[in-house]
Amino acid sequence: MNTPILEPVLPLHPALDHLDWLEAEAIYILREVAGQCSNPALLFSGGKDSIVLLRLAEKAFRPGRFPFPLLHIDTGHNYSEVIDFRDARACELNERLIVRSVESSMARGTVRLKSADESRNKHQSVTLLEAIEEFGFDACIGGARRDEEKARAKERIFSFRDEFGGWDPKNQRPELWDLFNARVHKSENIRAFPISNWTELDVWQYIAREGLALPSIYFAHTRPVIRKGGLLQPVTELTPARDGDVVEQLQVRFRTVGDITCTAPVESDADTVRKIIAETATTTITERGATRLDDQASEAAMEQRKKEGYF
Amino acid sequence: MSAIEHIPEFGRPVDNGLLRFLTCGSVDDGKSTLIGRLLYDTKAILADTLNAIEKTSQRRGMETVDLSLLTDGLQAEREQGITIDVAYRYFSTGHRKYIIADAPGHEQYTRNMVTAASTANLAIILIDARKGVLTQTRRHSYLAHLVGIPHLLVAVNKMDLVGYDRTVFERIRDEYLDFARQLGIEDVRFIPLSALNGDMLVDRGDNLGWYEGATLIDILESAPAAHSESDERFRFPVQYVCRPQKADDPLLHDYRGFMGRVESGEIAVGDEVVVLPSERRSRIKDIQIGGRSLPCAVAEQSVTLLLEDEIDISRGDMIVRGDVKESALVTRRIEAMLCWLGESPLDARRKYLIRQTTRDARALLDGISYRLDINSLQQVAAEGIGMNDIARVAFKLAQPLVVDRYAENRATGAFIVIDESTNNTVGAGMIL
Repeated sequence: MNTPILEPVLPLHPALDHLDWLEAEAIYILREVAGQCSNPALLFSGGKDSIVLLRLAEKAFRPGRFPFPLLHIDTGHNYSEVIDFRDARACELNERLIVRSVESSMARGTVRLKSADESRNKHQSVTLLEAIEEFGFDACIGGARRDEEKARAKERIFSFRDEFGGWDPKNQRPELWDLFNARVHKSENIRAFPISNWTELDVWQYIAREGLALPSIYFAHTRPVIRKGGLLQPVTELTPARDGDVVEQLQVRFRTVGDITCTAPVESDADTVRKIIAETATTTITERGATRLDDQASEAAMEQRKKEGYF
Repeated sequence: MSAIEHIPEFGRPVDNGLLRFLTCGSVDDGKSTLIGRLLYDTKAILADTLNAIEKTSQRRGMETVDLSLLTDGLQAEREQGITIDVAYRYFSTGHRKYIIADAPGHEQYTRNMVTAASTANLAIILIDARKGVLTQTRRHSYLAHLVGIPHLLVAVNKMDLVGYDRTVFERIRDEYLDFARQLGIEDVRFIPLSALNGDMLVDRGDNLGWYEGATLIDILESAPAAHSESDERFRFPVQYVCRPQKADDPLLHDYRGFMGRVESGEIAVGDEVVVLPSERRSRIKDIQIGGRSLPCAVAEQSVTLLLEDEIDISRGDMIVRGDVKESALVTRRIEAMLCWLGESPLDARRKYLIRQTTRDARALLDGISYRLDINSLQQVAAEGIGMNDIARVAFKLAQPLVVDRYAENRATGAFIVIDESTNNTVGAGMIL
C-alpha cells in the first residue's frame, strides 16, 4: 500500500479552490455527525467514494481516532481485490472495521432470494438495517453523491430514516444554511452524506490531489467480458458465459466497484489517475448509466430502493 | 497496490472556486428549461441522461427534447408534473464549479425557496417577458433579499416570444428597479434571454444584438465567491473537541484540539482570542488540519485550533478575536425574522429548541411584532404563525447564544427551530 503523499504547507493567504471548499464542507459535516450523534458508523466498502470519505475523516479527526467504526455490508459478491483493499486500509488506519454479510441474513432467513443468481445488491438494505439494530447506530455516514442519480438530487445531507429504515421523500427535514439536524428518537436513524456536493470528476481530482491508493480494478486491465444491452458484463464464476455468448478479452476499468452481478466495467485504456480524469472530463455517459445493471430497469428504480431502506 | 502517480497539475487546480446560486421562477417562466440549457450548453448532461429525456419527451408527444425534464427529480413530482422540493444540480466550466439550488415558484412553497436561498450567494429571478413583473417576482425578490443573497440577477426570459423587443426588456427593468429600491435591494443586474433557444446563456445568439452586457454564464463566472464578501470578524464555533489522551505518546498526552470551521474572518498562530460565552482568554498555539500545522486559517476552512492555555471549551462555544471591537453578542433574548416551515403552527405555549451555529438553547416565544404579507409585502398584525408565514418575532432563551446580526454575518446570525416532540426542523430565523 502506498503511503499517502502529503501536501506542502499552504501559502499564507490561500484562496480556496473548489476542492478545498468541498473538502472543508465534508470535514464540517463529518464533525457535525461526531458532535451530534452518540453512536455513528462510517460505511466503507473499499470503493473510491468511501476511500475519499476515509481521507476526509483523517483530516477531520487526526491525531485522534475516528469517533466511529467502519462498517461494510458485504454481499459476498465483491471482487477480491476490493475486499483485500478494504481490510488493508482499515488495518493501516488502525480503525475498527465491522463486516456484516448478506449471506448471514440469508442464513437467518431475513433475506430470501427469488433465484440463486438474483442480484444481492438490493438485499444489502436488510443486512444494513440488521447491523444498525445490532450495534444501535444512530447515524450512518455514506459516500453517496447527488450527481449520481435523479432521486439523489433532492436528498438531504442529513437524511432522516424512520424505524423501518425507510426514506420518505415527502417527510424530509428542511435543511437550511449549514445547520444540520441529526436528532432522532430511539430506533430512528440518520444517513449523512459528506460528499453530497461532489461530482464524479471532483472525486477523481481529489484522489489525484491526495495521492490516494485505490483497488487495482479501477485502472485499465484485460478482462473477459460479454457485450449485453450496450453494457459489458464481466465473465466471472458468478456470472459465467452462457451458450451463445461471445466472450471477448477487452481492456476495461470499473467506474464503480459494487456487487459483481450488477456492476459493469467500461472499455478504457486509462491505467493512471491522470488518464481517468481526462476520460471522466470528456465522457458522454453518466457513472451509473455506464455501469449499473440495476438502475436501468426504470428511471424510478433508485427512488424505490431508497424507500425500502437502501443507501 | 495500484498505479498511482503524483500529478502536479492536478494537485491543486487553478480555479475560481465555487459559486452557489439559486433560480426562482414558476414552472411557466421556463426555469427548468433555463437550468436544462445551462447544463446542456456546459456539457454537464451526458448522453444516456439525454437519451432518457428524449424518450420521455416523445412519450408525452413533444416534438423537441424538453430540457426541463432534466430537473424533475422524484417519481411523485414527475407524476404531478411540478417541482415540489429543492433540487441541487452541478456543473463546471473549467474555471468554476457551480451548485444550483432549484427552488419551486409555487406560492405555498415559500419554505423551499428560503431553504434554497440560505446557502446561495446569487439568485437568478426569472421573469416571463410577456408577463412582466408579477406578484411572485416581488415575492421571490423579497425572499432572496430577506435571506441575504448579496447578488440578484433578473433574467427576462422568453424574449423570443416578444420579438426580442428591446423596449419590452427596458420597461420590465425600470418597473423592477422601482420596486427593488423600495426593498433596499442594491446589487441587481438585468439580462434578456431566451432559454429555449439558448440566447445569452452561454452563447450570445443572433437575436439580441442590441444588448451589450455580459452573457448569463459570464456574469456567473465573475460573481464574487461567498467567502470574499463575508464578515471580516473572526468567528469559530467549536464543533468537536479532540482529546486523544494517549498516555504513551507525550506529544498527545495533553493534546486538546478545538475542531470547527472558520465561518468568517481569519486567524493566525499567536493571535489573541476570547472564548464565548465564558470570556476566557488565550492565544492560538497552533492551527492544524489532519494533524499537520498551518500558519493561518481563513473563512470556510475546516481546521483544528490549539490554544496556549488549558481552558475548558466544549461544543457550542465560539472562539473570536481578543479585540473587544470584534466581539459577538452573548444574549438570552433574540429578535428575528422567522420563516415557519412546520405543518403545525407555532405554539406560543410550547418550548422549542433553537439551534444556532453549533449551540442549542431552549426557547419560548416572546411576542410577534407583525406578520409579513408575502404578496403585498405589507406588515399585518398576527396572533399566530403557520406554515410558510414570515414574521418578526422575539424569543426568550434558557441558555445564552453567541450571535451576530444576520445582515452582518449569515453564519452566526441564522438559526433553526426544532420541535423536540418530532425532532423536525420547523422554523428558520434570521437575527435582527
